[in-house]
Amino acid sequence: MFLLVRWLIRRRRAQKAAAPAAPPTAHGSVGLVLHQARYDLLGFLRNRQARFFTLILPLIFLVIFVGVFGNNTVGPAGVKASTYYVPGISALGLIAASFVNLVISITAQREDGILKRRRATPVPAWVLIAGRSLTAIAVSLAVMTVLLAVGRFAYGVHLPTSTIPGIAVSAIVGSLTFCVLGYAFSTACRNEDAAQPMVQAVMLPLYFISGVFIPNVNVPSWMRHVAEIFPVQHLAGALHHAYDPATHGIGIVWSDLGVLAAWAVVGLVVALARFSWTPGGRAA
Amino acid sequence: MNETVIRVAGLAKRYGDFEAVRGIDLEVGRGEIFAFLGPNGAGKTTTVEILEGFRRPTAGEVSVLGVDPAHAGPAWRNRVGAVLQESHPEPGLTVRECLRLYAGYYAAPRDIDETIALVGLDEKADTLGDHLSGGQRRRLDVALALIGDPELIFLDEPTTGFDPSARRTAWTVIDGLRALGKTVFLTTHYMDEAEHLADRIAVIADGRIVAEGTPQTLGGRDRLAATITFTSPQGAGVAELPEPLRSLADPSSNGTIAIRTESPLMHVRDLADWASAAGFDLPDLDVRRPTLEDVYLALTEHGKES
Repeated sequence: MFLLVRWLIRRRRAQKAAAPAAPPTAHGSVGLVLHQARYDLLGFLRNRQARFFTLILPLIFLVIFVGVFGNNTVGPAGVKASTYYVPGISALGLIAASFVNLVISITAQREDGILKRRRATPVPAWVLIAGRSLTAIAVSLAVMTVLLAVGRFAYGVHLPTSTIPGIAVSAIVGSLTFCVLGYAFSTACRNEDAAQPMVQAVMLPLYFISGVFIPNVNVPSWMRHVAEIFPVQHLAGALHHAYDPATHGIGIVWSDLGVLAAWAVVGLVVALARFSWTPGGRAA
Repeated sequence: MNETVIRVAGLAKRYGDFEAVRGIDLEVGRGEIFAFLGPNGAGKTTTVEILEGFRRPTAGEVSVLGVDPAHAGPAWRNRVGAVLQESHPEPGLTVRECLRLYAGYYAAPRDIDETIALVGLDEKADTLGDHLSGGQRRRLDVALALIGDPELIFLDEPTTGFDPSARRTAWTVIDGLRALGKTVFLTTHYMDEAEHLADRIAVIADGRIVAEGTPQTLGGRDRLAATITFTSPQGAGVAELPEPLRSLADPSSNGTIAIRTESPLMHVRDLADWASAAGFDLPDLDVRRPTLEDVYLALTEHGKES
């Protein structure tokens, strides 16, 4: 027993000695990502504009759309308007948290020299990206939870149970996809002031033709075909399916997740080719 | 011999047809405060950004802490701190939170409160970075560059836009780095700053090093002519002056006479002998050595001509 303990201690010492003299950081890699995410989240929560556009505006949209379309049924399946709009507006909230907010904040941080200053430290680039994306996922899940809770208590929306895995997987895949697309899109924004109108110019039309604001059945088929190309339709579609009371099983739509993943690859290629940590589009 | 921390040989950087840096050599020893002076567009920031690893040189060899910064990894960044020319505080975080965030990036960070005190932001520790004044933000930048306890610190124009009292405070902070034994690479276009802080100065103009030395000897400052000035007494012009003062004298239209001389003591004595013999007082008599600014302006003007 004593020999075993001594052997273990020796082995541990040998491992320590073999480790590089200067470990990259005091945290482990996972700890460092959580450390970064914690401060990114704190920065997000203290930003009034980000809070409004990500947390409050989706709630306003939910109230307006359910108010306008009443508690009537929509679509061929005859789902209640409120049950239809909770997943649709959840897609909008997720995109606001993962894409819109990320594009604006990353563009501002790049132009303000903040990203460059972080890159002058030992923190690896992937930790900064993972920490920021984790923040986006956490905020996305929070917005979706709030929308569902309001839908339940204000409008008596059906609470999904068996399809919770489908909702969670769609939300995480969707959030990651829109984060990657956000990093790619930020390369086209010269500054923070340009970022806000640019993201809205891209997203607003897609919300209208992708079943977020208007049920798909009311959209002309050629517009639906256009919408099919873009990721908003597939995120909204996956969530509509998972929230639909008529859905059995775990509620995952693999084809929609496949298209989202394909968009993530496109975003990754663009981001890798064009993303810059320094202001003014200068090479790093 | 002091250990060399930064060694640069034949460094050149070209952007298209424009040669920003045209083959410079530099050496900075451990514990030195080295000032890199030059007008805007002379190649200062390009050089610093190459040393920080943000840009790659077109030609030449660069070694910082024994490593080529273009290929340096986290272990190297652990030993280097950088105050960039322009960077805002972390959005939505207080001074202390900014420092906590950055402390997490390093292997063996300094104590957070001690670092806040070092840059004199104690009273602002719980203030949001966005609410700090310009000078306070810059001090936060310095604190962020120090939090990893680096051996080498780059300060790129750390006091640009400061009022005189904020500049004095910043100087005290930078002087404090010397006491900590840090090596400091400072760029600035303020002569008084370089003179106050630096052990050694290099002047870059038009992509070339035009002078290098201590603040006292830069550009042959210690051997340059001094200037004696005084207002010519009533009724006495240059013509009344004795030789050799008469031939050296340079009268101006407002009645002052300037004498440029490499032996100021001898010529002041000649002047004093003449004035007391003639019963003149010279109440505004002034003997001035060329300031670092005079030397710098001469050097950088010369650089432009070439």
